[in-house]
Amino acid sequence: MNAEPTRSIGLIISLTYLVAAVLFIVGLKLLSSPRTARRGNAIGALGMLLAIGATLLDQQIISFRWILLGLVIGSALGVWLAQAVKMTAMPQMVALLNGFGGAASAIVAAAEYYLLLQHPEQRATDVVVSIMATVLIGAVTLTGSLIAFAKLQELMPGRAITFPMQKALNFALLAAAVGLSAWLVVDFDRSTMFVALLALSLVLGVLLVIPIGGADMPVVISLLNSYSGMAGAAAGFVLHNNVLIISGALVGASGIILTQIMCRAMNRSLTNVLFGAFGATSATVAGDGVDRPVRTVRPEDAAVMLGYARSVVFVPGYGLAVAQAQHSVKELASLLEKRGVDVKYAIHPVAGRMPGHMNVLLAEADVPYDKLYEMDDINREFERTDVALVIGANDVTNPAARTDPKSPLYGMPILNVDHAKSVIVIKRSMNPGFAGIDNELYYNEKTAMLFGDAKKMLVAVVGEVSKS
Amino acid sequence: MTEALLVALYIFVLAVFVGFEVIAKVPTLLHTPLMSGSNAISGIAVIGALIVAGRLATPFDKILGVAAVALATINVVGGFLVTERMLRMFRRSAPRRE
Repeated sequence: MNAEPTRSIGLIISLTYLVAAVLFIVGLKLLSSPRTARRGNAIGALGMLLAIGATLLDQQIISFRWILLGLVIGSALGVWLAQAVKMTAMPQMVALLNGFGGAASAIVAAAEYYLLLQHPEQRATDVVVSIMATVLIGAVTLTGSLIAFAKLQELMPGRAITFPMQKALNFALLAAAVGLSAWLVVDFDRSTMFVALLALSLVLGVLLVIPIGGADMPVVISLLNSYSGMAGAAAGFVLHNNVLIISGALVGASGIILTQIMCRAMNRSLTNVLFGAFGATSATVAGDGVDRPVRTVRPEDAAVMLGYARSVVFVPGYGLAVAQAQHSVKELASLLEKRGVDVKYAIHPVAGRMPGHMNVLLAEADVPYDKLYEMDDINREFERTDVALVIGANDVTNPAARTDPKSPLYGMPILNVDHAKSVIVIKRSMNPGFAGIDNELYYNEKTAMLFGDAKKMLVAVVGEVSKS
Repeated sequence: MTEALLVALYIFVLAVFVGFEVIAKVPTLLHTPLMSGSNAISGIAVIGALIVAGRLATPFDKILGVAAVALATINVVGGFLVTERMLRMFRRSAPRRE
């Protein structure tokens, strides 16, 4: 780093960074309870403001014009995005933001590379190594996130895209990227190699995410979140900046934890998610060609079952969000509660397209969060439940996950909907779900199938309940 | 320089552990806000971007700097605001017993 700042300013900056790092940790801590979460988020934002303010005191910074331009553009777009995004589109939004964060880190590293090209005397091995790592991780985060965004936004097919030798190619590319980085550490001035490293990393990001299918998106989003943190931390090693290292490490850790939780909820290993191409291969499992009878009901029958129940558990899945039926669910719940029915919601950890997504969607529909139950808590209650109403959820209710060792779902933790006294399933058709696996629940004699669009059916049921 | 690197590594490893400790207790209910909030924090790369954009350097450097500042700022501003927007929606039921 050139232009050593005078000591007192340097000290102020460093201490402010320390305060910012503490605020980030306290902020994340407060995010663990719904009562304090808003304060936690505000404290995190305050930390960021302090860190930015302190950085502007840095004497390396001579011109503010360009900074101002970047800040204005970024703030305007950030505000617009945050206001405009629909809650169902949160996974895309987070993917996109992850990508931007990764890109920013990669650009910072690239700028340092070009600076050091002109100043050979300032090169230090650790900085050079960190530059290569930041470019690699940051670029993979950028294009990986853009692909995840495109899949979720349905700009490209959401299913897994596979081709022969895919894994071998990915490993070869990764090895090549690491090899190039090592080469550049030794032979720094070869700037064409640096461009090659950047290009290779961008391609790698694309190839790593395209074989991952739609239902595995929660894992990918969590993992990319972790990558964006790691890229930030790596940039911290480049700039010898501790607050970058600390915040990057915090976010990296948070992404890893969420990734683990998602994998556990699907009973899959991370390797299996990343390389298994689940959505592409398992279509063969569906059905054995034999038409088995199911019991169908009409909305008025469902209304009677629900209206005279003492306890009802709603089991919402992503299909509910697709049909934009959150508000109808809430309406039905209010109506039932007025009749004295006890209504709860059972939320599977992978309900939705990112961790905790369904909770946000229901919160948006004004469902109080104390009515939302996590899997382990609600599973104890199903035996005492009169009616379980499954709306747009499929694989997470399939009893085969408990009973059939041959099922691809076997071992996955599920909502024990079949333990309820009776079950109503609202579903478009008998088509199997994302994973392409037949659901035993639908053939259970306790189960009544209400075929149709989730929203239309709910509206019909609401109409019937309010009549009676 | 090696000592500085070692200290940085210490900080990194300890911060990872702090992250694990703090975040492991976050309930499913708040996972999406946690993710967008931590996402905003990962926009801390903005600090590096500011330094790049502000130092006297080549025009190429300036373009990189402005791009990095803009991208990181979208990350920061968008992340914190959308988290706030989500958290505002979370509410408890009225304390009325049925």
